Amino acid sequence: MKHIEAKNVNVYYGENHVLKDIDLTIKENTVTAFIGPSGCGKSTFLRTLNRMNDYIDTFRKKGKIFIEGKDIYDKKVRVEELRRKVGMVFQKPNPFPKSIFENVAYGLKIHGISNKMEINETVEKSLKQAALWNEVKDKLDKPALSLSGGQQQRLCIARTLAVKPSIILMDEPASALDPISTAKIEELIQELKEKYTIVIVTHNMQQAARISDRTAFFYMGELVEYDKTSVLFTNPSNKQTENYITGRFG
Amino acid sequence: MKRSGEVIIEKVLALSGIITILTTLGIIWVLISESAGFFADIPLTDFLFDTEWTPLFAEKHYGILPLLSGTFLTTLIAISTALPMGIIIAVYLSEYADKRFRRTVKPMLEILAAVPTVVYGFFALTVVTPFLQQFIPSLGSFNALSAGLVMGIMIIPVISSLSEDALYAVPKSLREASYGMGATKFQTSFKVVVPAASSGILVSVILGIARAIGETMVVAIAAGQQPNLTLDPRQTVETITAYIVQVSLGDVQHGSLEYKTVFAAGITLFVFTFLLNNVSFWIKKKYQEKYE
Ligand SMILES: Nc1ncnc2c1ncn2[C@@H]1O[C@H](COP(=O)(O)OP(=O)(O)OP(=O)(O)O)[C@@H](O)[C@H]1O
Ligand SMILES: [Mg+2]
Repeated sequence: MKHIEAKNVNVYYGENHVLKDIDLTIKENTVTAFIGPSGCGKSTFLRTLNRMNDYIDTFRKKGKIFIEGKDIYDKKVRVEELRRKVGMVFQKPNPFPKSIFENVAYGLKIHGISNKMEINETVEKSLKQAALWNEVKDKLDKPALSLSGGQQQRLCIARTLAVKPSIILMDEPASALDPISTAKIEELIQELKEKYTIVIVTHNMQQAARISDRTAFFYMGELVEYDKTSVLFTNPSNKQTENYITGRFG
Repeated sequence: MKRSGEVIIEKVLALSGIITILTTLGIIWVLISESAGFFADIPLTDFLFDTEWTPLFAEKHYGILPLLSGTFLTTLIAISTALPMGIIIAVYLSEYADKRFRRTVKPMLEILAAVPTVVYGFFALTVVTPFLQQFIPSLGSFNALSAGLVMGIMIIPVISSLSEDALYAVPKSLREASYGMGATKFQTSFKVVVPAASSGILVSVILGIARAIGETMVVAIAAGQQPNLTLDPRQTVETITAYIVQVSLGDVQHGSLEYKTVFAAGITLFVFTFLLNNVSFWIKKKYQEKYE
């Protein structure tokens, strides 16, 4: 089933035309990687999918984006509901300066869930899903900032899972982490794919090749090539894609 | 080899530092030695537990409690006014206002702090009190309420400005994390940004309290000059500072016991503001460590 569908999307920051005629469809329960040189618009496109760019004054968008068939920029859409459904994990782990428990419970509380048992259960379940439960189950009331970077990032994933999204957007989620933490995050993404649709931006070609089902190559604001990961990395149909993945530029 | 110009500058800087330290030490020395004279005549227990303060009357009592209660009451009213207002203004400026508005309004607020306090005093006495008397007939023409309220307005900039700095310093990534989970701007401001800035806000509140305790003109003019052991905001009260002005401006003889009461009151004031400053310094240090 089509989960995300972008139709002829153009994005501008003021006069700067940063995304050009993007057409792309993402299926349910898949991992899609966005690759491309710095400044090509990967983050911008990712952030149009949960309307995170709404806060930038100069941001303008043309074209349409549908999630589960609904136009997410429609006036009737509540952006808070959209973001609940489309979660986001950022490049640098950004836990709140609260306890581990409070970090995961935060999303539930802001959405009006106050039943203690329900909150406890969801916190535990989310931490288990994020493969962090065993490491933190005895210190849930400790500050989140006392965790290691890799643990903090998994906490951020748990926090996102707690509000029960169906899509998770990840913007270079492992780029600030050591190789072991990175491997854990990658493994986690593989498991989460069963239940969620994942879109991940990465600068790491091997990572894209390892974890994604489909890969989109962006270059200077254009979607140059979008195909099955196995095809795009072994037999790209575009010269620019080939140059990029073989490291001849970017 | 240093150039001689640099050597001179260095010496001048060191000298001004030394002068400042010596002045402070001198003040503390005078406070201690003069109040030692006071406590030689008046037992400490009288000072701490007597419920009247009447050194200028025929029947003399030397209990600091009425002055402390006056100081406590006006400070409490001031902080109860300034804290909510200051934080709302700080949140508005840091989270809601656009950059241009923030750039214009913040300095304007800081001007509030530059208005001479005597002006605030007369404002309290001649505007606020008559206005409040329409609703509270039992309000005296000198009262703790008006003085406290106006003092609160006066310290709003202390709290709003320092709190705003603290809020503004909260990393953008925390706000994004909150929005990313579907939080509204209001939820993000009050459940993430304000708590993350809480130590900075606390410091601003403590400095505001120190400012209120040390404030003199407003209370001397609008709260009256009658030591009164009460927590009723409608009544006349006298604060430690107002008492010190009263004696300093009167014709009390130098070296007399009445004269020495000023130093006993002064050292009490000093102890409180000193403690508050240290607490705020300590919080600031802890807070810096946390983000480093
Ligand atoms: N807030 C903004 N205001 C104005 N221009 C922006 C803003 N954010 C990004 N841009 C511009 O939009 C273009 C695309 O940026 P974007 O961050 O989407 O690139 P990216 O592919 O994610 O790059 P990177 O790999 O470095 O993260 C760049 O030219 C950038 O300068
Ligand atoms: Mg980016």
